[in-house]
Amino acid sequence: MLVPMLLAIIFIVYGIMSLTPGDPAQLILGTRASPEAIAGLRHEMGFDKPFVVRYGEYVAKAARGDFGNSWRTGRPVFQVIAGRFPTTIKLSLAAVVLAVLVGVPLGVLAAVKQYSIFDVIGTTIAMFMASIPGFWFGLMAILFFSLKLRLLPSNGADSLKHYILPAVTLAIPVAASLLRLTRTTMLETIRQDYIRTARAKGQTEGKVIFRHALKNALLPVVTATGMEFGGLLGGVVTIETVFSINGVGMLIIDAIRMKDIPQVTGCAIFLAASFMILMLFVDILYAYIDPRIKASYQKMN
Amino acid sequence: MAEPQTPLLSIRGLEVRYETDEAITHAVNGINLDINVGETVGLVGETGAGKTTTALAVMRLLPHRTGKITEGCILFRGEDVLRKSNGEMRQMRGERISMIFQDPMTSLNPTMTMGEQIRESLEIHNKGMSAALTDARVDELLTMVGIPPRRKHEYPHQFSGGMKQRIVIAIALACRPELLIADEPTTALDVTIQAQVLALMNELKESMRTSMILITHDLGVVSEMCDKVAIMYAGEIIERGSADDILDDGPHHPYTVGLFNSIPDIERESKRLSPIAGLMPDPAALPGGCKFHPRCGDAADACRSLAPPPFVSGEHIIACHKFGSSNGGRI
Repeated sequence: MLVPMLLAIIFIVYGIMSLTPGDPAQLILGTRASPEAIAGLRHEMGFDKPFVVRYGEYVAKAARGDFGNSWRTGRPVFQVIAGRFPTTIKLSLAAVVLAVLVGVPLGVLAAVKQYSIFDVIGTTIAMFMASIPGFWFGLMAILFFSLKLRLLPSNGADSLKHYILPAVTLAIPVAASLLRLTRTTMLETIRQDYIRTARAKGQTEGKVIFRHALKNALLPVVTATGMEFGGLLGGVVTIETVFSINGVGMLIIDAIRMKDIPQVTGCAIFLAASFMILMLFVDILYAYIDPRIKASYQKMN
Repeated sequence: MAEPQTPLLSIRGLEVRYETDEAITHAVNGINLDINVGETVGLVGETGAGKTTTALAVMRLLPHRTGKITEGCILFRGEDVLRKSNGEMRQMRGERISMIFQDPMTSLNPTMTMGEQIRESLEIHNKGMSAALTDARVDELLTMVGIPPRRKHEYPHQFSGGMKQRIVIAIALACRPELLIADEPTTALDVTIQAQVLALMNELKESMRTSMILITHDLGVVSEMCDKVAIMYAGEIIERGSADDILDDGPHHPYTVGLFNSIPDIERESKRLSPIAGLMPDPAALPGGCKFHPRCGDAADACRSLAPPPFVSGEHIIACHKFGSSNGGRI
């Protein structure tokens, strides 16, 4: 499933990039180049060939790990991404961990104490937080924590301290949606018959919630967390720009601005592939949590 | 004849309401019921008559936000269950009073193995029991309900409905409870399995001297299993007596008569089933007088305005104006 998906993604990304206006050869050589030189470069780079042929050549090269060279710097695209990717991964991983640590327990609390003050405040704040755009929140955070209080650095990714603001900014909407989802699934789970069975055994309320309800309620939350993680990989584009962090997001924005087509294509494909690998990982994790899914996989093999 | 004894469980004047923003539902309205040691009492009635609510009240497992016991007491060996602390109540649940729920398909945790779920019951009530001993008891319980112990590492989805209900029974009986409440234990099972499960329950109940409240709407099950029967309608017990009293041809509450008439007779040829006309009243807006009068063919003026006095004949009690009153008070 991964391979055809990747081929389709490459097709779409590569196709969109080819449809963008502007002649690449002209872009590289500048406005004062002679028409002959431009035509020569076009031929050299293969832009005079039909799209399908170029796509085929691109895929063939990509399969060997060659995504072309950046037009701007001349360095291999893949190498540039590999240099930037760890920063992005660290940032989004920190955000996801933070979001899960905050969102899931608060969601459980809101469900177990439904209609209590925890529930009302938790869900109301979550609704606001989920609606606030990330870049706005990031800018406000910089204004307050960096400029006013001078507590935290506003840009770069040099130390752990640098990660705090961007990670929190990224985590907030994710935590908010995880809170709401956990609350919903938990409410549904604690109304199940097997929860009543556990209570009828004389089990303590804490164990009823943590041993019986939580595992069942977390199944959809695990999927959502994986999706959110993938979403974050795309979401870092704005946040990395706001906080001037040299990650893949920043790279893609710069590349778009410079019309560095191989770099943009490479980044987009790379992010899409990461997303797919993440979802695969979530599926595998799912099988470990839910014995019914494991059983259906075993039947298939 | 059994000599007079203190009942194991004694429900007195129990009233339960469900309070929501929209309405107050009068689910149980002042019922009295006694269960002696070793006895099986059948609680019979239509869906919505308050049978399950009564059971949940005894277990103190009513939905805690909406379900409220407003009146009455529930005495278990003379102690009021309603006055117990949550901790004391937890110790009773599963050890002294157990409950089997209606649908075995949903009453087991899908992410825990069967063994773990039986084990849990044992661990809660036998703190300090060695792991080896607990394991042995799990195997013993599985054997007892006719499931090979090697299957304890499997999950609920790997079992059939009948097997799941056997495991639910094993969980309920794990700590040899004094009282077992079975809430329609066979309704969700198919007919051939029903008989097996009932036979199993009867056998285990006999060997453990467990008393049982059997909630059902199946009069066939009642005749096979029960010593005493109470018939519920709209949150009240409208007729009560020994199984023989209820099943014989003597005087009955018109509702009981209706219940029996709605069973198709295999020897008589009839084109249609004969159900009781009308529906159970909305428990949020119960009619005055006798709750059954809107559906009753024999309804008179008194039925519309006055609660019916009990007609008592030995153990057999009927709440209906038709039979007049032999003394005051309610059933």
